[in-house]
Formats: sequence, structure tokens, C-alpha cells
Amino acid sequence: MSTILSIKNLRKQYEDGFEALKTISLDINEGEIIALLGPNGAGKTTLISTVCGITKPTAGTVTVAGFDIIKEYRSARSLIGLVPQEIALEPFGRVISTVQFSRGLFGKSRNDAVIEDILRRLSLWDKRNSQIRELSGGMKRRVLIAKALAHEPRILFLDEPTAGVDVELRKDMWAVVRKLRADGVTTILTTHYIEEAEAIADRIGIISEGEILLVEEKNNLMARMGQKQLEVQLTARLSDIPISLANYELGIADEGWTLIYRYDLKADRTGITKLLTDVSAAGLQLRDVVTRQSSLEDIFVSLVRKDVEKVT
Amino acid sequence: MNWTAIWAIYTFEMARFFRTIKQSLISPVISTSLYFVVFGAAIGSRIDKVEGVQYGAFIVPGLIMLAVMTQSISNASYGIYFPKFIGTIYEVLSAPISFLEIVIGYVGAAATKSLLIGIIILITSFFFVKIEIAHPFAMVAFLVLTCISFALLGFIIGIWAENWEQLQLVPLLVITPLIFLGGSFYSISMLPSVWQIISMFNPVFYLISGFRWAFFGFADVPIAISLLAIGTFTLLCLATVWWIFKSGWRIRQ
Repeated sequence: MSTILSIKNLRKQYEDGFEALKTISLDINEGEIIALLGPNGAGKTTLISTVCGITKPTAGTVTVAGFDIIKEYRSARSLIGLVPQEIALEPFGRVISTVQFSRGLFGKSRNDAVIEDILRRLSLWDKRNSQIRELSGGMKRRVLIAKALAHEPRILFLDEPTAGVDVELRKDMWAVVRKLRADGVTTILTTHYIEEAEAIADRIGIISEGEILLVEEKNNLMARMGQKQLEVQLTARLSDIPISLANYELGIADEGWTLIYRYDLKADRTGITKLLTDVSAAGLQLRDVVTRQSSLEDIFVSLVRKDVEKVT
Repeated sequence: MNWTAIWAIYTFEMARFFRTIKQSLISPVISTSLYFVVFGAAIGSRIDKVEGVQYGAFIVPGLIMLAVMTQSISNASYGIYFPKFIGTIYEVLSAPISFLEIVIGYVGAAATKSLLIGIIILITSFFFVKIEIAHPFAMVAFLVLTCISFALLGFIIGIWAENWEQLQLVPLLVITPLIFLGGSFYSISMLPSVWQIISMFNPVFYLISGFRWAFFGFADVPIAISLLAIGTFTLLCLATVWWIFKSGWRIRQ
């Protein structure tokens, strides 16, 4: 897969001295969906704004399909569509005219068939003559996506596209993003919803304090960093872990009714068989045994926490 | 030059004007009619001819200039401030267009709107007074240049303004007094000598004088000085806009 967006040593410092991005480098492949996760103020929106030309970089280079975003901004920007975090729409404009405006703004001549296709895909065709102010919040988000797609970009930036959107609409949007990938559109989305990244992203990037902590294939990341957890539910409540089980570094949950054992699925031996034997030998009666995989959210929290601890 | 993008901005801005067509056109027509009633009929009947021109006709260039200057500033400042205020400016900033193209789109639309209003006021004045335009081409050129230069000024104000109060501040406290004191309703020769000297420092005075020359063939100052004044003013505005976009001041952080 070829690189469509290349960010090299990108740094952004605002006039007040705040360093929003600290030398970020990132390559994004054509056709992939990459999710950028990070807490508030991590630099996600600044990164997007800088690539899209809304803010000026302090240092570093960004190329889009080989075009430098400063020297060849026309070619670079014509390949990018941006869906901003805030709902920013002219309230008195009509849906179809605001989408047509976006296409024209990006230098593309009028094409009613393309606009109709986009509006239909986003279930906006029936609302095409409605004023923006008459639409629901979810519909307005769809209009923002339609505007971003109006000039048929090859890269789509979605800055928290499903914030405040109900579950059904969120899933509809995921379907739209997947369809765009099928059409070859590269999607970079920032989100607070780990579930969203887990559901649709191919790769995950984690940003904190203006730095990229990691960028990795979602499945690899979950396999590499995801721990499994064995929950051993007991028939009798336990106040302390028996000395014979001390080596397993067990945790106690449910006020003593459950033992927690964390293990690495990729290790040669998980130690489960021996643990269960030793638990039985310790005179504990089992009621149930449950395993659970760490979610992306656990990984994210763990990484960001480590980063904060490193700084402090 | 990305003409498609310029046209998109221009037509989008004009669409906003036509959405509020009643407010956009009827309001200046009514206020102009009121000016004619008050200044032309009530006060004008007590004033002798000015340089051989009936007072009612004499104030027509001033009235047009008053409307055109205030509307140009208001349209252009609102045109760029509103996207900043509601956040839609992101789209313009991320589009593959140059700053010059952005200015042509917004300022062009604002200037067109005020030009239309200027023409409507001129037509309205024909219902009240008899006017013959001595230099019609010069009149149109002056009108167009004034629309463009004051739309540029409005654009600068719209970029500078950080809230609605600031947006109104310069037009209300600076521009409107300059227009009223720039000879909209009188000839400078009617003022005491001290005020005549003070008026010479008012740039708007030269524009109104030049515009009046295009109508009646006489003016308070030679037409060349008026042309120099509006040319200098336009260049100053262009230079400021160029600097704003080059530095990204209050637009691109």
C-alpha cells in the first residue's frame, strides 16, 4: 500500500507559547482507516487543522500524495475533505446549496449527479431543500460529511464525527466510512469513542500531550498489548489470598467472591491449568470460571497513564 | 486563478443578499425617500440653489455615497465575520484557494450588493428631483471604485472584529461621522473657514466631491485630487488585506 499522507517532524507552537504538537511523524497509507485516540487537549484537532491548512505549522513538512501542503497547497488541499468537530453550518442555507458551494469552493465544476449520489448515500436527499436550521443534530453532521465529500476527496478527515450522535446514526456513519474505504478513500478520524476505533479502524494512533505514543495495526495492538484475564468465582468468600497461591499475583474482586488472574495469551504457558489445580489444592471450591480480553479502551488508558507518569 | 471557487463564494454571498431582498433593498429606498422629504422638501425649500443646482438634486450624490459606503462596509464586514463567528471559515481556509481569490469572492459580492443599492437610490431620486448626469461614465467609475474600496475596508473590519460590538464600532464611530462631515448634504464653501480646513483632512470629502463632479461638473476640489484620494485609499486597503493574509492575522493561527 502506498503512502498518501506523510507527516515529518511536524511541530506546532502557538503565539502564547503553548506547544500543541511536539515533532510528530506519521505515514498514512492509501485506502486505510486510521483512528487517532487521545484525551482532550492531546493535539488531535491541531494535527488535523495543520494538515488541512487551517493553522500554520511551526516546523516540519507534510505531503499529500507527494504535494507539499505549503508550496503546493492547491494540489494538496484539493485531495482532502474535512469534517470538523463543531457543527459549523450557515443556518439559513439549504442543504443542497451548501453542499454545492463546497464543491465549487474546491474548484470543481457543478455536477448534480455527484451531489445527488452523496446526498442519497447520507440519507439527505429528501432533505435537500430544507434549511440547515430545520435539521436535527445528527442530520447536520451528515451535511458536514456531505460537504467534505462534495469535491470527491481522496483523504477524509473526520474530527470526532459521532460526538453527540445516537447509536443508530453512529452505526450508519460507520457504514458510510466503510463504503468510502471500499471506494478507495483514506479516512483519518479522531474520536473519544474507543468502541468506534475498535469497530472501524485498521490502525490506531494514540496521541497524548502533542506526541504520538504509538501507531499500530489495531489487531496487532490488541494482540500485543491486550491481556487476558481469568476470573475464578468461588463458592465461599475469601478475605486473603492463600500463601500457596502467592506466586500467581492474584487479585481479589467482588468483595472476595472472585479471584483475578492476568495472563499473556501469547506466552508458551498461560499457567491456567496449574493455577486451577493449586486453587483446588488450597481447598477453594469453584463456582464458575470466566475469561475476558482487554479492550482497546484498557490499552488506551494504560498507555496514556504511563505517559503521564513518565512526564510527572 | 481558481475562478470556480471565486464564483462559488460570490454566488453564495449574493444568495444571502437575495434571501433578504426586502430588507436589503426596501430599507435603503425608504431611508433615501425620507432624506428627500426631510432635506429636499422641508429644509431644501429654504435653501438657495447650490452652484446653480437645486438643493434636492445637489444632495443626490451625497446620499448615494452615504448608502454605498455604509453598505459596502456593512456587507463585506458581515460577509467575512459571520463565517468566523459560526465557524464555517474552516472550509474557506482549507480550500485550495489563494487569499486573493478569497478577497475577490467576498469583496466582489459586497461591492455588487452596494452597487445595486446605489443604483436603486439613484433611480429613486429620479422620482423626487430632476437630475442630469454630466459625466455618466465617470459617475459609474467613481461609484464602482467606491464600492470596491469601502468593501475592502469592510473586509478588513470583519477580519479584525472579534465580536459583534467591534464589528459595529468602526462604522458607527468613525465612518458614519466622516461621511456626514464629508459634504454629503452641503458644499464645503457653505462652512466657516476653520471647518473648511478641517474637512480637508477627511478622506471621504474627496470622494463625495469627485462623485458630485461626475453629476454636476463642479466640485469642492479638482477631480484629479479626488481620483488620487480614492486611488490612495484603495491601495492602502489592498496593502492591508495583503498583509493580513500574508501574516494570517486573526484568521490563520
